[in-house]
Amino acid sequence: MRQYLLRRLLQVIPTLLGITVIVYLIINAAPGSPVSGMIDPTITGEALEIRKQQLGLDKPVYYRYGIWLSELVTEGNLGYSTRTRRPVAEMIQSRLGPTLLLTMSSMILSFIIAVPIGVLSATRQYSRLDYFFTVFAIAGVSIPVFFLGVAMIKIFAFDLRLFPVGGMSTAGAYYSSWLQQAADILKHLFLPLIVLSCAQVAMFVRYTRSSMLEVVRQDYVRTARAKGLSERVVIYKHALRNALIPVITVLGLSLPFLFSGAILTEAVFAWPGMGTLNITAVTTRDYPLLMGINLFLALIVILGNLLADIFYAVADPRIRFD
Amino acid sequence: MSQTESTCISNIQNNKSNALSPSKLIWRRFRRNKIAMVSLVILILMVILTALAPVLATHGRDTLSLGLKEKPPSAENWLGTDALGRDIYTRLLYGGRISLSVGLVATAIQLFIGIIMGSLAGYYGRFVDTLIMRITDMVLSFPFLALAIVMAAILGPSIYNTMLIIGLLSWTSTCRIIRGQFLSIKQTEYMEAAHALGLSELRIIRRHMLPNAMAPLLINATLAMASAILIEAGLSFLGLGVQLPTPSWGNMLEAARNMRYIMHSWWLWLPPGLCIFLAVLSINLIGDGLRDAFDPRLKQ
Repeated sequence: MRQYLLRRLLQVIPTLLGITVIVYLIINAAPGSPVSGMIDPTITGEALEIRKQQLGLDKPVYYRYGIWLSELVTEGNLGYSTRTRRPVAEMIQSRLGPTLLLTMSSMILSFIIAVPIGVLSATRQYSRLDYFFTVFAIAGVSIPVFFLGVAMIKIFAFDLRLFPVGGMSTAGAYYSSWLQQAADILKHLFLPLIVLSCAQVAMFVRYTRSSMLEVVRQDYVRTARAKGLSERVVIYKHALRNALIPVITVLGLSLPFLFSGAILTEAVFAWPGMGTLNITAVTTRDYPLLMGINLFLALIVILGNLLADIFYAVADPRIRFD
Repeated sequence: MSQTESTCISNIQNNKSNALSPSKLIWRRFRRNKIAMVSLVILILMVILTALAPVLATHGRDTLSLGLKEKPPSAENWLGTDALGRDIYTRLLYGGRISLSVGLVATAIQLFIGIIMGSLAGYYGRFVDTLIMRITDMVLSFPFLALAIVMAAILGPSIYNTMLIIGLLSWTSTCRIIRGQFLSIKQTEYMEAAHALGLSELRIIRRHMLPNAMAPLLINATLAMASAILIEAGLSFLGLGVQLPTPSWGNMLEAARNMRYIMHSWWLWLPPGLCIFLAVLSINLIGDGLRDAFDPRLKQ
């Protein structure tokens, strides 16, 4: 077990390094010098060369990558935004909370909704209910996130006036207690949460269903039935536990998908997270910020997958010696 | 040759003439799937309609009529007009051409890269395999859209770059599927026979391994095309995909980034949104139908 964990941890290192290389190369491919903002445009000739030397721009790419990487690792320096001149790490940090709130609550909600549906679908395979859920699940991954978002805003925010149009809190609101503030945020969270969760639910339903179908065919489930246990106990206590193990991996694997969806959802609902920051960064051509966001999201995904794998190993002793 | 033996052989030969080829067998199973067949009809209809755009259009694709801005559907403009007075029905037809072809070309690009990378990894194994699998891990670690946005910003948004970006970022699933298939095909006896015959590596891969990996590849390609259309729509929605005045279903939805249009002018965003949904849904359902047709056991 310890060996497995160690090996899995070591595996992360080359992936991480590779990601920093990709990110750095893309920064370099960006039109215009990434530090053009740091050089006075009026200086020319020799003075420009000296300034470039000071900034290290005369060095080859791999040398600059080395410096960049060492500063990234030792100081967490992701560079500076060309627009605001603030450190990228700081800007990301301020947007991290809203994005994590949105994505993690979406993940939890999707899981809670999807598992019972998946089980129901599997236990009544080929029934009408099963067909309905299967088509529903395919529809869920087929609907464009932003289109669903816009339709929700039209129906629930404009026509029915049940929820706010966007943002994370009511502008200029005064809260007498944190409870009131939490209620306000929840109200703003509701629509983006539903929109983002739609595709997630659809995906998890399919995996839960197929995982469950595999498990209920196994001998130990037959044994449980033969013992005279009620169907309820057999399914929910014996079968579901094992069926959920592969679903954990899917939770981890769905992270990039989740963040992609979050970018569009945030754009539609003006949710003040990293997705909105990403879009602002694109429109202002703020490459250091863009790459910082990408690097950071990739890091979250890798750590998420690592966690899922570790959890898997803990939950399922069979894979320890893989 | 004894009597019975020859009858046996002639029986076999007779059977051969009315035996079903694998592709016919699959088509037969696919045809029985009502949902998949309806989806296929819808998709073919969409392709025909968009292909006939110049004939079916009632207005010029980019014809502006500033006097007719944001008009609701009428006898003149069946689906109303957009912010610049362009006919939405007409642009929907032309936009479909772009959206569907971006999906198709992007899928072709990702298949091309994925098949080569997957074949290399699966056939040669060892070092090559480790390297390629690490690369796919890296590409898979980035949230697709975040990286696509950066690439679009750097390469400059256009139809061709959109196809290229989607292709460059989505080959990993094809690669993994081919690799997995090859690993198991390598163990088969017909591979041993192919080697014994002294066939070249390229021929072995092309004629003996790839055709046997066809089923999962085709299913994957269908699903990949559905997601390519969704991604094009997402990028264009953010203004980073297909650029105006060329319409695509995604950039027609860009109008929906304006709250006023969401509120008052449903015809600006509802038709293109529904078109994307319908196209992606039918492609996904066809993919699902194919999965069942190829291998009924997979229908779990």
